[in-house]
Amino acid sequence: MTTTDPYAASSRETTEGTVYTVTGGDWDEMIDQTAGDERIVINMGPQHPSTHGVLRLVLELSGETVTDARLVIGYLHTGIEKNCEYRTWTQGVTFVTRMDYLAPLFNETAYCLSTERLLGIEVPQRAETIRVLLMEINRIGSHLVALATGGMELGALTGMTNGFREREEVLHLLEFLTGLRMNHAFIRPGGVVQDLPTGHEDRIRAFVKVMRERLPGFHKLLTGNRIWRQRLEGVGYLPLDGCLALGVTGPILRSAGLAWDLRQVDPYLGYEHYDFEVPTDTAADSFARYLLRVEEMSESLKIIEQALDRLEPGPVMVEDPKIAWPARLSIGADGMGNSLEHVRKIMGQSMESLIHHFKLVTEGFKVPPGQAYVPIESPRGEMGAHLVSDGGTRPLRVHFRDPSFVNLQAAPAMSEGGMVSDVIAALASVDPVMGGCDR
Amino acid sequence: MSGEDEKPRTTPETPGTGAGGASGPTGASNASSAGAVAFGPQEIRRPDVSGAVAGRAREGMFGIGGSGDTSGFGGLRLPAYAPAPSERPFGGWFDEVVDETTAALADDEGAGGAPFDVCVQQVTVDRGEMTWYVDREHLVRLARTLRDDPALRFEFCSGVSGVDYGDGVPQQLHVVTHLLSMTYRRRLRLEVALEVTDARCPSLVEVFPTADWHERETWDMFGIVFDGHPSLTRILMPDDWNGHPQRKSYPLGGIPVEYHDAEIPPPDQRRAYT
Repeated sequence: MTTTDPYAASSRETTEGTVYTVTGGDWDEMIDQTAGDERIVINMGPQHPSTHGVLRLVLELSGETVTDARLVIGYLHTGIEKNCEYRTWTQGVTFVTRMDYLAPLFNETAYCLSTERLLGIEVPQRAETIRVLLMEINRIGSHLVALATGGMELGALTGMTNGFREREEVLHLLEFLTGLRMNHAFIRPGGVVQDLPTGHEDRIRAFVKVMRERLPGFHKLLTGNRIWRQRLEGVGYLPLDGCLALGVTGPILRSAGLAWDLRQVDPYLGYEHYDFEVPTDTAADSFARYLLRVEEMSESLKIIEQALDRLEPGPVMVEDPKIAWPARLSIGADGMGNSLEHVRKIMGQSMESLIHHFKLVTEGFKVPPGQAYVPIESPRGEMGAHLVSDGGTRPLRVHFRDPSFVNLQAAPAMSEGGMVSDVIAALASVDPVMGGCDR
Repeated sequence: MSGEDEKPRTTPETPGTGAGGASGPTGASNASSAGAVAFGPQEIRRPDVSGAVAGRAREGMFGIGGSGDTSGFGGLRLPAYAPAPSERPFGGWFDEVVDETTAALADDEGAGGAPFDVCVQQVTVDRGEMTWYVDREHLVRLARTLRDDPALRFEFCSGVSGVDYGDGVPQQLHVVTHLLSMTYRRRLRLEVALEVTDARCPSLVEVFPTADWHERETWDMFGIVFDGHPSLTRILMPDDWNGHPQRKSYPLGGIPVEYHDAEIPPPDQRRAYT
């Protein structure tokens, strides 16, 4: 009896028809009640664990076939772009790093490259290399989450535990290098906030060694797995013309056969000096995207090693004292903070240094008026920062072209006509991050 | 910074700066003092075309204006910034794209289309990026030409977004579209300037389907109506939200925060230095 079962589907009448609340395990019962009407509109999310964050799907079903899919976003809209207009250019970094929370260093880099184009400055070579190094470590972490959550959504829970275990290595390394696991705010306009800590080379090389051993594990666990292949092959198909029309970039575009990777076609931060491949496929399905992500992680390991070799001693921030953060930060007993020598100097010896420090930190630096759009290749595709300055110390407009936002538009094209279970597989292959999508 | 050799022009009357001596320094006096300023507009420039203005004169530090401020900062005025129109040669591939587009639009003239000079009100090359200030009547036709012409092939639309240059600025709302030619590896920015009282722009969805969500976001955030969009509804804010949050006239909101016994006001009420 439905009245005694606390998990049973409840129903109420609305002007649109009967609305059922299904909590799991009671589908048969609900189908019995709705006998005769095969067309159902189901609402997945925004909290469903397999919708990759707070994404809501409105699916119109005929039997188990999806005839119409609509995506509803905005549940994680935090007004970061608006907030940036009320903060200095340097403070903006701490905001944008929270957009795409799986790729924080990419947000920071896009923002800083755009700011630097507005300022007309070039960062020192060591800062460039550190940025490349950090971004590629971050790319591995992001792809690992894509595999892990994708595996979880399809029921491959060992894929999830392995993916998150490997990602812990990435986060531990990033914590050692930047001081924080996520939301680093390490890359700043003009360079990076401080040099890498002593012993970074050994730690990074050890990380590369560990990852080289563990990445083949994904092939052993998943690539040859019959269920994995059956769930992914031919699912979420989106050919090249569809990708271009819908503005899709990243692994989805490359799975359709176009070797479009901004690191190679429009190099920034000296990527033209690195030797790496852009893996592509022509199957244009979820399985191809999975394979590409695994291969891209190996390519990133190659770039990390080359970046370590390229790391020459030198400054990590522009010399211009009107832009460079005055404090030389250092690690204290309670974490990172102002260095004691710097505090001693500005408080005890140099009034001018104190004034300069105060002005730069509270007021910020002025950026000449104009606008700039700088795209970089994030793990999910083209991430572009469009910044507009009116000549003041705060941006007039900060806009991020986030690949999650754009790629999600392709989800209906990938999933309509398929089964409900394929919607999940297709969505997992898009790898959207709602923090970046909604901003 | 660009256009060092360009002749400074006189400051236009900037609306909203109040009466009585608000017309500010002349272009010449500003240009002479510009060398001492490390950053900021080097000279006052105003394009001849009315369709591509941007920026607002900024007055004083600490947001003080029209008071008996004796600190000297009250009299500080920075001129309105307007992107300078660029002259040929633009350099690099920029000339080629303009030539090809001019030719492609001329071929199309049988269809009653306007030539390049009418479609594009101003061409600006700044910091290695080219911006075309486009008349909205011709936006869709221009975009289709850019996409389809074999010598142009801007087949990819990176995104559409808006910019609000603030109240009191003529044509304060701008719709910014970034196009990418994967074939030739070029990027181009199309910008449409709109009056806030007539914030309507034709939709690019029929040319670039990816513009769908971008234009919904721009409507949601700036209140710009995209004519011809298949379903222009809010996308980030709730459906029943009032107002368009990214407008400059829309407050940031927030609450004061107490930290170490001091009360920190919300960011939009803090002292501003610009």
